Amino acid sequence: MLEVQNLSMRFGGLLAVDQVSLDVKEREIVSIIGPNGAGKTTVFNCMSGFYKPTGGKILFEGKEMQGKPDYKISRLGMVRTFQHVRLFTQMSVVENLLVAQHRHLNTNMLAGLLGTPNYKAREQKSLDRAAYWLERVGLLDLANRDAGNLAYGQQRRLEIARCMVTEPKLLMLDEPAAGLNPAETKELNQLIISLKEDYNVSVVLIEHDMSLVMDISDRINVINQGKPLASGTPEEIRHNDDVIKAYLGEA
Amino acid sequence: MAANNYRHALFCAIVTLIISFPILGLNLEAQGVNITLTGAKTSTYIAIFMAAVAVFVFQAFRDSFMGMLGKLPTLNPLAHKEPMEQSKRVKLESWIMTGLLVLALFWPFFVSRGSVDLATLVLIYIMLALGLNVVVGLAGLLDLGYVAFYAVGAYTFALLSQYTGISFWMALPIGALLAGLFGLLLGFPVLRLRGDYLAIVTLGFGEIIRILLNNWTSLTGGPNGIGGIPDPTFFGMEFGRRVKEEGNTSFHETFGIAYSGEHKVIFLYLIALVLAVITALIIRRFMRMPVGRAWEALREDEIAARSLGLSRTAVKLSAFTIGAFFAGFAGTVFASKQGFISPESFVFLESAIILAIVVLGGMGSQLGVILAAIAVTILPELAREFSEYRMLIFGAAMVLMMVWRPQGMLPMKRIHIKLHKQE
Repeated sequence: MLEVQNLSMRFGGLLAVDQVSLDVKEREIVSIIGPNGAGKTTVFNCMSGFYKPTGGKILFEGKEMQGKPDYKISRLGMVRTFQHVRLFTQMSVVENLLVAQHRHLNTNMLAGLLGTPNYKAREQKSLDRAAYWLERVGLLDLANRDAGNLAYGQQRRLEIARCMVTEPKLLMLDEPAAGLNPAETKELNQLIISLKEDYNVSVVLIEHDMSLVMDISDRINVINQGKPLASGTPEEIRHNDDVIKAYLGEA
Repeated sequence: MAANNYRHALFCAIVTLIISFPILGLNLEAQGVNITLTGAKTSTYIAIFMAAVAVFVFQAFRDSFMGMLGKLPTLNPLAHKEPMEQSKRVKLESWIMTGLLVLALFWPFFVSRGSVDLATLVLIYIMLALGLNVVVGLAGLLDLGYVAFYAVGAYTFALLSQYTGISFWMALPIGALLAGLFGLLLGFPVLRLRGDYLAIVTLGFGEIIRILLNNWTSLTGGPNGIGGIPDPTFFGMEFGRRVKEEGNTSFHETFGIAYSGEHKVIFLYLIALVLAVITALIIRRFMRMPVGRAWEALREDEIAARSLGLSRTAVKLSAFTIGAFFAGFAGTVFASKQGFISPESFVFLESAIILAIVVLGGMGSQLGVILAAIAVTILPELAREFSEYRMLIFGAAMVLMMVWRPQGMLPMKRIHIKLHKQE
């Protein structure tokens, strides 16, 4: 469903991403790994429309995505999380989820001012959907708290829930396990698998936690210094000499 | 540390001397056709010296002074209280609002004409501040040229009445819509700007409108302004002693009461009151609607908001347009109240005062903004006896306010929708 072909991104003299290709099929979890500064997040930023790639193509369900504005890409069903959690910290938890459902709501101003039945029905529906996802990630009891007051692990889960209420087809997670303790990482592991199994969402994952990556990925792409290094199943990557060299240095 | 303090204090004292001595200590006196420089009285020199000493002492012991200032909020019984529960807060706020409204409805019948006139001005400022609150407080876009939209509203009514003889009630929606359109137009070029850059561009826009009004003499009359703007009518009844327009009747004759100039003033006050209430209610409603949430989301984290499918263009433009719309409302009322407008009324100071009201009231809080509008408009009037010092007092009050309560009088959060458990 997603095909990235020869993606390149140049910042002045620096070629941050060089000819990276990637493909994701339906209901698949694909990981991107690589040392720090390899260009993984830059690939994400190109895919989600924050950067306009300087070369290559991004095809999502057969349509070209490169250069489209970010909000349009997200409306088409490619939604991302961030390496550093980006919640609306002064808004309540449930409101974070309502903002995400903006396009599902009746945004006709007049309808909202008059409070028409259609407007109320849609608002109720999005509240229900928010409640469903809060229950799903175990935050229902905290629904009316300020998002900024949640613990870090809870904020991570809320960010994923906030993506899921937009009903995406492809979820891009940028280091979702960063800063989580082992127990939380395990919960996250199960959550991501359930997203794929129960909600038919494809996942692209950037992660440094190898146990998580090896556990849940269907396929793995390795990037080193902006260039693709290897790709294959977790088993293949584990035994790939180039990857071992890149990570451990040459013997 | 301490030596540094003294050096800094000495420097400040010398600067004080350098600035104040030529201004206060040297006088130009006209002797015939020549102007000669003469010294001032000894007492003035002593005063200048005392002021420099005062500056020195304050700067030298600045840290301990500011520390004492910091401790003062303990005098405020509310300082260390837990913030009120949202439901309680909302209830209390609506009670206070209702109370204010009832008071506002009745009191013009018991006070002098001057105070009613002043109260109308307060209401106009309330409308302006509520509108700017949408742009600055909710959407987080610093707009320093807000007065331009106010001017658009006022001039729309003035020009239309002059050229087509339109009535107040027709001009009200036209003025507001046209101001909204200007808000939309300004919105486009500033979409990508934020913070300081945005402030500068909006400031420029405000000046452009004022200078345009000032110089387009053939249309606007330039600095001479436009006069003879009609008063609003009450279902076709005029408030003048004699009816100006054919077919209209006059208010006092219809109701068989003696003519009084106060009727018109009170009527205008009531119109302003109704419009201010409408403004408050509509904006209150907006805050709970998806668009209100989108404003807040974009203010808090633009990148996250965009990644969730919020269009920056639509959200920012809606904030600008709605803010400008209410400024147009206020402008129309202002034109009708004054009967005469000129570009003088729409200088940058007005923008600054409206912004001061929003900041003093607590960004995003309606009740806070209303109370601040009352305070900021009435205090300078009360301090009129101090004449030239009242802007000084106003400025000092602002500085003190920002030291004590930088978050404003009633910093309040937008009312958040609550999730009720469905069992």
